[in-house]
Amino acid sequence: MVTTYEFDVLVMGAGLAGLRAALAAHQTGATVAVITKVHPVRSHSNAAQGGINAALTDRGDKWEEHAFETVKGSDYLSDQDAVEILAQEAGQDILALEHMGVIFNRNEEGRLGTRRFGGQKRARTFFVSDFTGQALLHVLYEQAMKARLPVFEEWFVTSLVKDEQGRCGGVLAFEIRSGRMALFKAKAVVIAAGGLGRVFEPSTNALICTGDGIAIAYRGGAPLMDMEMVQYHPTTLQGKGLLLSEAARGEGAYLLNAEGERFMEQYAPNMMELASRDVVSRAEQIEINEGRGINGCVLLDCRHLGKKLIRERLSQISEEAKSFANIDLTEEPVPICPGMHYMMGGVKTDVEGRCWDPAGGWQGVPGLFAAGEAACLSLHGGNRLGANSLLETVVFGRRAGRCAGEYAETLAFPRISDGVVKDGENALKKVLARPETGDTVARIRHEMGCAMTEGFGVFRDEEGMAHAQQTVGSLRERWNRVAIHDKGQVFNTSLVRALELDFMLDCAETIALGAVTRTESRGAHFRTDCLERDDDHWLKHILIHYRPDGPPQLDYLPVRITQWEPQVRVY
Amino acid sequence: MQTTFHIRRFNPESESPQSYFQDYQLATERSDTVLDALIRIRETVDESLTLRCSCRGAICGSCGMRINGHAALACKTKVASLISSGETIHVEPMNNMPVIKDLVTDMAGFWEKIRQVQPWLQPTGSAPEGEYLAAPEAMNHLTGVMHCIMCGACVSDCAALEVNPNFVGPAALAKAYRFVADPRDGNSSSRLGELNNPGGMWDCTRCMECIEVCPKGVGAMDRIMTLRAKGIEHGVPSTSGSRHTEAFADIIEQKGRLDEPMLAVRTFGLTNLRQMFSFLPMIFRALPRGKLPRSGPLHRPIPGIDRIRRLFQRAKEPR
Ligand SMILES: Cc1cc2nc3c(=O)[nH]c(=O)nc-3n(C[C@H](O)[C@H](O)[C@H](O)COP(=O)(O)OP(=O)(O)OC[C@H]3O[C@@H](n4cnc5c(N)ncnc54)[C@H](O)[C@@H]3O)c2cc1C
Ligand code: SF4
Ligand code: SF4
Ligand code: FES
Repeated sequence: MVTTYEFDVLVMGAGLAGLRAALAAHQTGATVAVITKVHPVRSHSNAAQGGINAALTDRGDKWEEHAFETVKGSDYLSDQDAVEILAQEAGQDILALEHMGVIFNRNEEGRLGTRRFGGQKRARTFFVSDFTGQALLHVLYEQAMKARLPVFEEWFVTSLVKDEQGRCGGVLAFEIRSGRMALFKAKAVVIAAGGLGRVFEPSTNALICTGDGIAIAYRGGAPLMDMEMVQYHPTTLQGKGLLLSEAARGEGAYLLNAEGERFMEQYAPNMMELASRDVVSRAEQIEINEGRGINGCVLLDCRHLGKKLIRERLSQISEEAKSFANIDLTEEPVPICPGMHYMMGGVKTDVEGRCWDPAGGWQGVPGLFAAGEAACLSLHGGNRLGANSLLETVVFGRRAGRCAGEYAETLAFPRISDGVVKDGENALKKVLARPETGDTVARIRHEMGCAMTEGFGVFRDEEGMAHAQQTVGSLRERWNRVAIHDKGQVFNTSLVRALELDFMLDCAETIALGAVTRTESRGAHFRTDCLERDDDHWLKHILIHYRPDGPPQLDYLPVRITQWEPQVRVY
Repeated sequence: MQTTFHIRRFNPESESPQSYFQDYQLATERSDTVLDALIRIRETVDESLTLRCSCRGAICGSCGMRINGHAALACKTKVASLISSGETIHVEPMNNMPVIKDLVTDMAGFWEKIRQVQPWLQPTGSAPEGEYLAAPEAMNHLTGVMHCIMCGACVSDCAALEVNPNFVGPAALAKAYRFVADPRDGNSSSRLGELNNPGGMWDCTRCMECIEVCPKGVGAMDRIMTLRAKGIEHGVPSTSGSRHTEAFADIIEQKGRLDEPMLAVRTFGLTNLRQMFSFLPMIFRALPRGKLPRSGPLHRPIPGIDRIRRLFQRAKEPR
């Protein structure tokens, strides 16, 4: 017996982007379900600390400034039509969140208060202490409970299914608790499955950030874009790579080298610690490489901010510094280093979240949508501004959900043969039945993470990248043979981790391909063998298409410029 | 440092599914958390060891489990804080919920109870054009409760839940408090009315476990006590729980010392004959031993009662 579920719109992912999309689709009158490999509030959006940007005009801010700073931050790789929408619609979405119940921090008058974030001259980051993501995620989940949206919790999506015309017709997934596979038929699927941080080791990302949605869309025929653009965050704890939010610098913390100097003076005399992340991370790495670091770190100093501010606005990170680095922020500076944090690239979409171009300008998959960190519009281009990602999840999650709901209205349910479930089950059985080789998923995963950090870190060059690319290729071979030691059906996390690794290897391959292709330095992609930005040749996006029977295919799209011509970027 | 992990395992697919303990030896470092150790066991010794984890930073709420007898987040518990030298660390799944496999519990019941308190903002009237205006202190206060990551640790170790599965439990009550205390919510009275029912806020036995084990300082029991006070303030119809509290305070104010028979009468009502008769055997046993407490007019105020009454006055003054 094949289990089949049917929904007009199926949302893969229950982070901020997924829940926002599901609520918006629900409002169009469509039947909607959410499918997620962890309980919604366990999604990685909960880890966002610092805040969410919006230029509220009634506070004298201008959306154009926010948009310009986003474009400048991106090193002019972002598509400006998308950035304009983000900046224009931000205010309305912040207010909507407040009305749903988010407990944003207030100023003395009882109105929403802001803090400053990197790459921006004005304080336009709205926040809930320093656990903004958690506060937002829990409230959106409250709204999902209120709307009684069906949520398939702890279900693992393995692939897209398509109908005979090549339209997306749903997904295959299995319930982790029982191992039971089912077909989820849908007229529209929204991929909101988050980032791929664990492709790198270490990373600020949670262990579940394995790029599943990106790889699933890619294999399903949707192109990936800007995959070479990987953000390194300037303030992470060494070792595990846990993040100390930019909020610390937003509130005025200093970065110091071993000599006690605020070294950012040398690199960004105007914006200092609050220059763009790529700029600050590179500065730190140079200090460390040139011997002015301390055991591979520089220092983040919060002492002058005072106990009260630290308690009220930086409680989460001061607790984190305490429990994970054994440091009291009010007494001592904490050693930090740049760490892998965010994927600017992802599944290519238009401004309605569609992974295809109705006008036929580029090839994709009709019926497939994407939003959040898994998607690439491109808003962030070569480098994302802090607090723009949460904003992206709510603005473009909402737009994708609404468009998916309206799109579904026009269609009948796709015709999909039950055979796909059998095929899916057999594929899993084959993986489970692999004989022992002595190798383990964990080992392959670790080697991949280290190779990616080596080859595609803050500084890149041809030789290093080629070497890492080769390593990833050989790890793929090993994955094809590695055995799963837990053979059970119930809650087999061994199997889940193996499937995640499969997805991560796809992501690693496309990151590598994008990076070796782009022969210039732009934003986070900094090549010591091509130091300059090259607008003549590279003011364009790299698209990567999956080819089941051959190497991936490259394609290019020009950057969309509306009002800001590329300039030299100084902070 | 060589450490032994004594882990309760359960595989529902084995021939005779029964839980058992398995020991793993592992070299641990000072900086290791219990989660680091468990992941290392899983990666290097036994891939089938099953647990939930994700953020590694005490924010996702996945890794609740009992460590040395108390519920905690594995990612927030340092191995070094548990042992000085080579002792064994006990790791078990959370209590008060069914176990699915090894350290993974079924939290469906947990979420069912969260849903029971209608955990979403219910404002009166339509939303303002801009944001709701609210005092910064009121909002700052709420962030304390919003820290809850729904890890289930408090529910695992709640004494009341162990004997009374209908109790809605500390996490749901803390969540309810978050709305009752939100100046934007217009539904406090009916929320408090709901919580007044059996299984609600009066079923907590004040064992403090939920405060003790909470990794995020939510202080569920304190929130429950505030809910009770607010319930009384809002004049929710009295229950034995609220009458007990009111009578307790009233007797102390009048007499300075508890009048137990009177407390029972006022809690249960003199007309509650079944309850009253159930006390008879106790009274007959206490009487010949001279242990029956004096009650009513025979129960005299203690010397210095004026001072106690002044304290009550002070406490009742608006701050
Ligand atoms: C430590 C940290 C701090 C951050 N701070 C900020 C900040 O202050 N401001 C800001 O703007 N941004 C911040 N970011 C970035 C931001 O948090 C993320 O980009 C954003 O939350 C991503 O949201 P999402 O909804 O796209 O994905 P996620 O929240 O990651 O959700 C992904 C969802 O997909 C589901 N899923 C994945 N794979 C599968 C599968 N195979 N089957 C079924 N379901 C699946 C998961 O269960 C989950 O529900 C931060 C990021 C990190 C790591
Ligand atoms: S104080 Fe009350 S709610 Fe908290 S654990 Fe004890 S009985 Fe449960
Ligand atoms: S109150 Fe504390 S222990 Fe209980 S679920 Fe919330 S965070 Fe966990
Ligand atoms: S792993 Fe997220 S709370 Fe422990």
